[in-house]
Amino acid sequence: MHEWALAEAVVSTSVRIAEEKGLKEITELKIKIGELQQIDQEIFEFALSQLRSPLLKNTKFSFETVKAELKCRVCNHKWRFNTKNINEGVSEFIHFVPEIAHTYLKCPKCSSPDFEILTGRGIWLDSIKGVK
Amino acid sequence: MVDPRLNIINERLAKIGKIIAVSSGKGGVGKSMIASTLALALSRRGYKVGLLDLDFSCPSTHVILNIEGLYPEEEKGIVPPEAHGLRYMSIIYYARDKPSPLRGVDISNAIIELFAITRWGSLDFLVIDMPPGIGDATLDMIRFVKGISFLIVTTPSKVAFETVRKLIQLLKDLKVPTLGVVENMKMRDSLFIREQVERLAVPFLGEINFDYKLEDSMGDVKKLLETEFAQSVKEIVSKQL
Repeated sequence: MHEWALAEAVVSTSVRIAEEKGLKEITELKIKIGELQQIDQEIFEFALSQLRSPLLKNTKFSFETVKAELKCRVCNHKWRFNTKNINEGVSEFIHFVPEIAHTYLKCPKCSSPDFEILTGRGIWLDSIKGVK
Repeated sequence: MVDPRLNIINERLAKIGKIIAVSSGKGGVGKSMIASTLALALSRRGYKVGLLDLDFSCPSTHVILNIEGLYPEEEKGIVPPEAHGLRYMSIIYYARDKPSPLRGVDISNAIIELFAITRWGSLDFLVIDMPPGIGDATLDMIRFVKGISFLIVTTPSKVAFETVRKLIQLLKDLKVPTLGVVENMKMRDSLFIREQVERLAVPFLGEINFDYKLEDSMGDVKKLLETEFAQSVKEIVSKQL
């Protein structure tokens, strides 16, 4: 239920933005979710539906999962994050704190843990639409 | 695009009375020992206390407190488990005993994630064991955590104090409250640190003599609280905090 904490962050932030912009209602909210975060979208959507504030009661949510691409800083090799190559425990650790990837993942080419997360990390409010 | 995690951090910390970052410009001055003992001392005085080990690369409070076999509970986020009467949070729950080589941007991201999802509940004190220096973790604490105050640790060494001077200057420039400076590992009489601290118009909280028996108490909280070191920390707590 780590998804719940992130859903709270989304609701709290979108309400703050709506208030700053003088929106009476948020009609559409686009959310980008990094693959590395391994969010269970069903739980996340359920949490959002339970947390809806008055400003969000008719909001249409849309979600986009951004693939996680990693790049080795030593040999420049790029590769995709794949949960099939890691055990469940490690997958859960990365789910909670995605930077833990640096503890368990290595560059498949040169075995360095010194890699960059190019895409697919975090959760982002991509856009908010509403009526004033 | 907006990172929604940033907005929730102060809500997560809203029920915490005082947040103390135990910090220093230098490593090896005893921050983790002081943070751990400070948290225990406050807890033994009846306060509800949390301890957060924010040194992701080299966490060590779990060794001092012998914390093994614990894992945060998932409840609409993560709830730090209790150890020795403290709500305890550390990267070791996820990294285990493996190295976590993190660069700046990753350290910041991990800090934001942990602060956004950790549910401390209501606490009187949250003690944070900071990594050394004035890098990412220090800047992030100043940036994200409203009402944080710094307890600064130095040794009698001029080298250590030179780094502490920079930390004090940074905190002053950014108008971040400093509880004061503790002089740790004192081996002979000298007023050098006290005078330097007073010259910077920062409270000198007290001195802790080098305790040769301290190492024998590693991993044994009862023994740790009986050391001369712990007595000195307790005196600082009762007089200054």
